[in-house]
This record gives sequence, structure tokens and C-alpha cells, in this order.
Amino acid sequence: MSRTTLDLWVGFFVAVGLGALLFLALKVGNLASSSSGETYTISAEFDNIGGLKVRGAVKSAGVVVGRVTNIQLDSQSFNAVVTLNIDARYKFPRDTFVTINTSGLLGEQYIGFKAGGDPETWKPGALIKKTQSAVVLEELISKFMFNKAAEDDGKK
Amino acid sequence: MSQESLVEIRDLNFTYDSRPVLTGINMTIPRGKVVAVMGISGCGKTTTLRLIGGQLKPTSGEVRVGGQVVHELDADGLYDLRRRMGMLFQFGALFTDMSVFDNIAFQMREHTDLPETMIRDLVLMKLHAVGLRGAHDLMPTELSGGMARRVALARAIALDPMLIMYDEPFAGLDPISLSIVGELIRKLTDALGASSIVVTHDVQESLKIVDYVYFVSEGKIVAEGTAEEMKHSTVPYVHQFIWGEADGPVAFQYPARPYGEELMERAARRG
Amino acid sequence: MDNGLTRVLRQLGAQFSSRIWRLGYASRFFLAIMLHSGTSLRRIHLTIREVYFTGVLSLIIILVSGLFVGMVLGLQGYDTLARYGSTEALGVLVALSLVRELGPVVSALLFASRAGSAITAEIGMMKATEQLSAMEMMAVDPIARVVAPRFWGGVISMPLLAALFSAMGVFGGYLVGVQLIGVDEGSFWSQMQASVDFREDVLNGVIKSFVFGIIVSWVAVFEGYDAEPTAEGVSGATTRTVVTSSLAILAADFILTAFMFTGT
Repeated sequence: MSRTTLDLWVGFFVAVGLGALLFLALKVGNLASSSSGETYTISAEFDNIGGLKVRGAVKSAGVVVGRVTNIQLDSQSFNAVVTLNIDARYKFPRDTFVTINTSGLLGEQYIGFKAGGDPETWKPGALIKKTQSAVVLEELISKFMFNKAAEDDGKK
Repeated sequence: MSQESLVEIRDLNFTYDSRPVLTGINMTIPRGKVVAVMGISGCGKTTTLRLIGGQLKPTSGEVRVGGQVVHELDADGLYDLRRRMGMLFQFGALFTDMSVFDNIAFQMREHTDLPETMIRDLVLMKLHAVGLRGAHDLMPTELSGGMARRVALARAIALDPMLIMYDEPFAGLDPISLSIVGELIRKLTDALGASSIVVTHDVQESLKIVDYVYFVSEGKIVAEGTAEEMKHSTVPYVHQFIWGEADGPVAFQYPARPYGEELMERAARRG
Repeated sequence: MDNGLTRVLRQLGAQFSSRIWRLGYASRFFLAIMLHSGTSLRRIHLTIREVYFTGVLSLIIILVSGLFVGMVLGLQGYDTLARYGSTEALGVLVALSLVRELGPVVSALLFASRAGSAITAEIGMMKATEQLSAMEMMAVDPIARVVAPRFWGGVISMPLLAALFSAMGVFGGYLVGVQLIGVDEGSFWSQMQASVDFREDVLNGVIKSFVFGIIVSWVAVFEGYDAEPTAEGVSGATTRTVVTSSLAILAADFILTAFMFTGT
């Protein structure tokens, strides 16, 4: 095997290998869409974050506008404090409703923004307390059973 | 260098795994001479070559090459020394992944900055000296035993060494190749003004070409002298070796219990 | 009874300590490779040659295996997901299984048996025919000239082969899932893109394959260099290369996975 043929094959191999890596990064993974642009940080307080995880999505009208970067417990109020990184292109009104939603029936949980109408927008670093916590299945069931029991009582 | 001898070995002892391989060896290899080290297989001959080349360190005693003590050399010193030594390994040890040409050019390319045109001339010259200039494009696997041995010889003298060592150069060769290799060893040593150490147990070929012989048995030198002296030696081991006698100091029977005893035992078991 | 037990214990102890000794020897050998790697860089052609012999010549087996593994994932994945009505997640299942685990691990195991054993056999045979000794006597360090380039050739080839395996696997899953079975093409790719993170999944997979490459190359060159210079010795060494590197890959995979993919 002459030197040039060998070099040709190795070059081909390395090129194809890097191509596969690129394919995995762009087409399979989310390198293209992950924002490397400017972001700003805000925090939100929740009674219960349910199954929300760090790196979970922040969506508004179904469009991903940011990521969850940190989840901590406030040792005074015993509420969950979630830190969010929002794409700097999007500014949200101060009365935007922040909820924790589930994608699909058994899907992952994500933060949803329902924009309000306030002309003033959130400042970076703001702490949002107007939130709706995650739906916890057990509480839902016990509430249902409690209501059912109250109904039956009322009927009697 | 005004010294007469190129290699001097004094009171050399070498032990491997608490087994004594060489004991009290004293040898002198003068410049420009071909010296044979003979003995039966496993008596320590190849170990001597490895000690001279610095691949092994002596347990005690010293080996001097060109006035320097080999095992006291640092990496650079050993590198320099080995550049001036050539070694012909048993069965050749040619690099199987490169052609004959590249095998011989190997040392030139590794250790010198000579341009490729010059290397080509030198390689062809070395191959011509061993009669294989036409085979320079072949791969080692395409060579016969005798041809491979000659290529390895050309490789050993690639950098015109001052000391050439041969580990069983005659092993497994046909009669024609035998005499060719013997002739080449003598001719090249004289042409280069080098010294040669031939480790062998081929009596006929080596006694034709060597100047001096050392006989080794069980790690000790039992006899030394010129080829003529050895032929008329009265030392029993040397006599048995040179005349190829079946029994003598080197016993025919491998150590075992008395024959009669073993037969009786087997008969008793059967009966 | 007592004698038999002590004998067994002594044998186990001896085996254990001899393995520890061998590990120490192999570690010093690894250090020697690192120290002598200058030649592999300065005479890059030596390394390129080894990338050819370990990487290019492994392409066929890696690509074909990747394709088949991906296709099987497509079949099995569809069958399982269909039970929960989540067949649009097939792309996610195939991609994550490959990129995180199967790509690096299976390609490393294949690499160990194809390229690893070849390296061991080659170096072992060179030792047996005294070529390494000859090189030493010619003042050329065999570790720098023969061992190190083969080590780096393997380390370079491994991540590339793993990426190719995963890519072929995703394609195989696509062929089976979308073309054959009829899963929606759009959701196959979009869900995959949404769930496979470059840093967490793809990059971690690459790191894994890089670590595996080091393991396989190290074991392969060491076993070859340390082989008994006989036919049985070389054959035993090649077997040990495949077995030892396979076990080490699986163990390392567990440790790396525990670090990378668990916890928040």
C-alpha cells in the first residue's frame, strides 16, 4: 500500500467519522437550536414543583424560550425557588402567569408562561411569586374523594 | 584509540532468576579479528552477546567495549555505542512489514540525515556486497532462509560498525548458503577493519574462518585458543564437540533413574 | 480438609497478587508510552499508518453492526412503545440508546476483538521473531517506534468509529421505524432533536468512546509487548486482550454512566 493511498483512506475515514459526529450533534441532538445567544435570569417561587428538573424547558405558547438552571428550597418560606435562563430576545410582561405543566399524560414537566397585558416587563433577576404549582396526583385524588364525600353528605 | 582489544570481559558473572548462567568469564576480542564462542545450546553464549550489547546488566564483573564499561553508560552513551555495533540475529529478525531495501535503509534513515539518493546508493552497495542487489524490492517473506540471512547481514553492516555480533549465523542453512555466509563474515570483517564475535555450534564452517575460539560449557570457559589448537585439544569437552562424539562430558542420556530400576518398577505394577 | 482449603486460598492469593503486580507493570508501561510519544507526533506518518490499520479496516464491521443494532432497536422499541401508545418517541429511544450507551460500548467491544487482537498479535510476533530486540540493538526504541504509534492510532480511531456506529444505528432505526413500520417521519426526528442534548448525551458518548479507546489500545499493546515469544504465548496474549479489554470496557461504562447520567 503506497503512502498516498494510505493517507487517502485515513483522510476519508477521519472525514467520515467527523461527519458522523456532526450528524449526531446537529440532526440527532439539539446543538443547532440550543441558544448560545444572550440570556437573562429570573426566579420564580412555587409551593410545589412536582417533577420539574433542571434543564427542563420554559415554553410560551408552546415555543421554547428558556431553560431551568437551578432548583432550590427557600429555608424561610419553605417554597421552591426555580432559577430560569430566558432568551434575551423575549421580554415578558410583569403580570405573566407562570405555571408548571406536564407535556402529554405521562410526559416531562416544564414551565409555561402565559403572557399578561402589563406594558412593563420583568427586570433581570426579578422574583415572581404569582405562580401556579404543579398538579400533584395524590392531592388531586384526595380532593376528588373529599368533594365526592361532601356531595354525598349534601345529598343526604 | 590505541587499545589493542575492542572488547574486554573481566570476571563476568550473570545470574537469572537465581540460576547462574555465566560464571567467571574472561574474554578479549582484539581489533580486526573474528572470534568464535562455541558450546552446546543453552550454555550462555547468546547471553554473552546481550551483555556486550547492553541489553542485560551483569550481576558482577565488567564488560568493556572500546574502553567504556557498557552497563555504566547512560541512555545517550548506550545509543552511541549501539550505533557502532551491528548484530545479526538468529534467523535474521528482518522487519517483516517493510521491503529488503527499507530494512537496510532503516538505520540510515533513523540515525543519519543523509539524503534519499545517497541512502539508495549505500543500500545497493551493501546488498551488492552480500550478492543480493537484485532482491532489493522483495519483502522478507519472499526470501529463502539463506537469502534472508544474507540480507540481515547486509543490515548489520549498514552503518559500517566497528563490532559485529552474529547469533548462530549458520543455523538451518543449506551447504551452499553455509559457505557463503562464512565467507561473507570473514570478508566483511576484513574489509571494514571491524571485529566479529560469532556465537555458533557449527564446527566445520566456523573453524574455517575464525582467528580465535572460546569454548563455553555450563556458563564457564573450559578452553580457548586458535582454530588449529582447538582441533588438537585434549580437553574432553572440546574433543567431543569438535569431533561430534555422541557421548563424553556431555552425556547422551538425560539424567534419569537407573534403567533397571525403572523397568522393574513398571513390571511390578503390571504384575 | 484443612490442607485443601489453605491450598486453594494460597492459590487465590497468589493469583490476586500476581494480577496486582501485572497491573503495576502495565501502568509503568503506560507511562513509558506517554513519555515516548514524541516520535508518534514528529513522524506523524507512523501514527497515520496505524489509524489505517485499526480504524479504516474496522469500518465494514462497525458500519454493518451499527446498522443492524439500529434496526433491531427500531423493531424492539416500536413493540414496547406501542403498548403505551407512545410510538412517536421511537426516534428518542433509538437515538438515546445509541448515543449514550450502545454506540460507544458495542463499537468498543467490536474494536477490541478486531483491531485490539490484531495489534497484540502483531507486536507479539515481532517480539517472538526478535524484531523488537533487533530494533533495540540498532539504538531505536521499540516503544517509541512500534508501540506508541499503535496506541495513538487506536485512541484516534475509537471515537470516530463510535460516532459512525451511532449514526448508522440512527439511520437503521429510521429505516425500520419510519420506512418499514410507518412511524411518522416528522415526529421521529423532531422528538429526537428535542430530547437528545449535545452536551449531555452526544458529548458524553464521545468522552466514553475516548476512554474506551485508551483502555483497548493500552491493553492491546501491553499484552503484545509482554507476550511469551512462542506461538502459544502470542495466542494466549490475543485472547487476553479481547477478554481483559471487554471486561474493562463494561466496568468503565458502568462507572462513567454513574457519573454522567445520574443525579440532576
